[in-house]
Amino acid sequence: MLYQFWIAYLTIARREVLRFSRIWVQTIIPPVMMVALYFIIFGNLIGQRIGEMDGMSYVDFLMPGLVMMSIITNSYTNVVSSFYGAKYSRHIEEMQIAPVPDLVILLGFVTGGMARGISVGIAVTLVSLVFTEFRMHSPLVVLLVALLTSCLFSLAGLINAIFANSFDDITIIPTFVLTPLTYLGGIFYSIKLLPDFWQTASLGNPILYMVNSFRYGFRGSSDIDLSTALLVILFFITLLFSICLALLSRGTGIRQ
Amino acid sequence: MLALEITDLYKTYSSGLEALKGISLQVKQGDFFALLGPNGAGKSTCIGIISGLVNKTSGTVRIFDHSIDDEFIVAKSLLGSVPQEFNFNTFEPVEEIVINQAGFYGVTAKHARIETEHYLRQLGLWQHRRSQARRLSGGMKRRLMIARALVHKPKLLILDEPTAGVDIELRRSMWDFLEQINDQGTTIILTTHYLEEAERMCRNIAIIDEGNIILNSSMQHLLKQLNSETFVLYLRNELEQAPLLNSFDNVVRLDQQSIEVEVPDRLSINDLIRELEAQGIVVERMRNKVNRLEELFVKMTSKPEQRGLG
Repeated sequence: MLYQFWIAYLTIARREVLRFSRIWVQTIIPPVMMVALYFIIFGNLIGQRIGEMDGMSYVDFLMPGLVMMSIITNSYTNVVSSFYGAKYSRHIEEMQIAPVPDLVILLGFVTGGMARGISVGIAVTLVSLVFTEFRMHSPLVVLLVALLTSCLFSLAGLINAIFANSFDDITIIPTFVLTPLTYLGGIFYSIKLLPDFWQTASLGNPILYMVNSFRYGFRGSSDIDLSTALLVILFFITLLFSICLALLSRGTGIRQ
Repeated sequence: MLALEITDLYKTYSSGLEALKGISLQVKQGDFFALLGPNGAGKSTCIGIISGLVNKTSGTVRIFDHSIDDEFIVAKSLLGSVPQEFNFNTFEPVEEIVINQAGFYGVTAKHARIETEHYLRQLGLWQHRRSQARRLSGGMKRRLMIARALVHKPKLLILDEPTAGVDIELRRSMWDFLEQINDQGTTIILTTHYLEEAERMCRNIAIIDEGNIILNSSMQHLLKQLNSETFVLYLRNELEQAPLLNSFDNVVRLDQQSIEVEVPDRLSINDLIRELEAQGIVVERMRNKVNRLEELFVKMTSKPEQRGLG
């Protein structure tokens, strides 16, 4: 039976990867272009006037955050649009009718989201080489944080898709929650620059932990302790994973 | 062995609508079973529960003696379902839709390809295998859903109006295909609005109305309940008015050269033709006004106000 589930998982994961890779012009190129613009404007044009941040050039400081931002956005977007699309056109029923456990459905969609997040992350990293020197303090931390973060935001995307009743509903959270948290999550600045109150307030933003641990992996410097950051990420993964599984098994949004 | 056993099945939607009011139903292995009922009677809800698309309020459903609650993996593996509405990703190629469905059932890629080719060829879709599903005609999309439902070789196949919107020629070829599948041992449950389809193919029948099973019997037994049949006769002569026949009360003139006659069970067509000939009326052709099952179905499910009695 495990082998049967393994094939079902591979089928969902393969379908999800094919879905975004077939339309790579819409899914991979736009985030890469957007980040290239960030590098040109903030990294080079404005960055040269800013000078150093956290003991490194501004463009070096910016690079890990921009890669992380791409991973977050694309993991989330992939799952929310794919799962809601499946609900909307009712092909989610193909899996509901079949003997596929909810856990397998969940893992399949999350794998798809992670695959897109990591693919875009790699593409953005390659583009960054045009603007900054490639330095990696700890490849293991970079890989671990990238995988965990893409997993976390794939789960978040799935929850959004489960509750969404229209295409508007799948854009509300990215626009009004995800983007502000990402921009205020230490991509463009070190929280040490903020007044005490806002430094403390920033610690409530989970994205801060991801951006800083990722920056540690690349540059060896972070505003947040690495183990604390990893624990926070793991905590949120566990929380969202449990919520997703409960929602799927109740059939919320997909079964009457 | 029962292919499907439903006991005291209730479904009340969050809106308060009671779609199923404690239905019980048994379908034997190898049967070709018709589940009929007017729109909104509860057929699709019942099928939705069996397929795992709708949560039941209470009751039990067993597929080949496996509960859909406690043994859902085994129960679902035995089931194939063709829903009423298209529910595939229309941007995916035809072949991929069927192969993926096999994958959901744990069929290996190699095997899935073999079965996919087999069913796509049988259903005349092989030449369209690389087309996106949205480019198929309505009839092709219906056949695609049948191929998808069969790819894992289910023992029980549920078809929810599989020939809706399909032209008569294609409908007949689908009937032949389904009869062939049934002859090979697959139990089939069919819902349809084409009662000719149910009468031709199904051996047993249940009629569901307002969430209750109002009839569950063999097709043969059911049709025996029909105590009269109405025929339309096309005549050689032109008639000014309906002829007066001694043994037949309900004779209606449709136009100058056709009449409608209700023939009670106790009389034969020969009796009718003899009486007409005695009056010099020659019958050139004749046909049933509606098919026999349709006549019964309307009698059983129509409300008093619809019959003009309310």
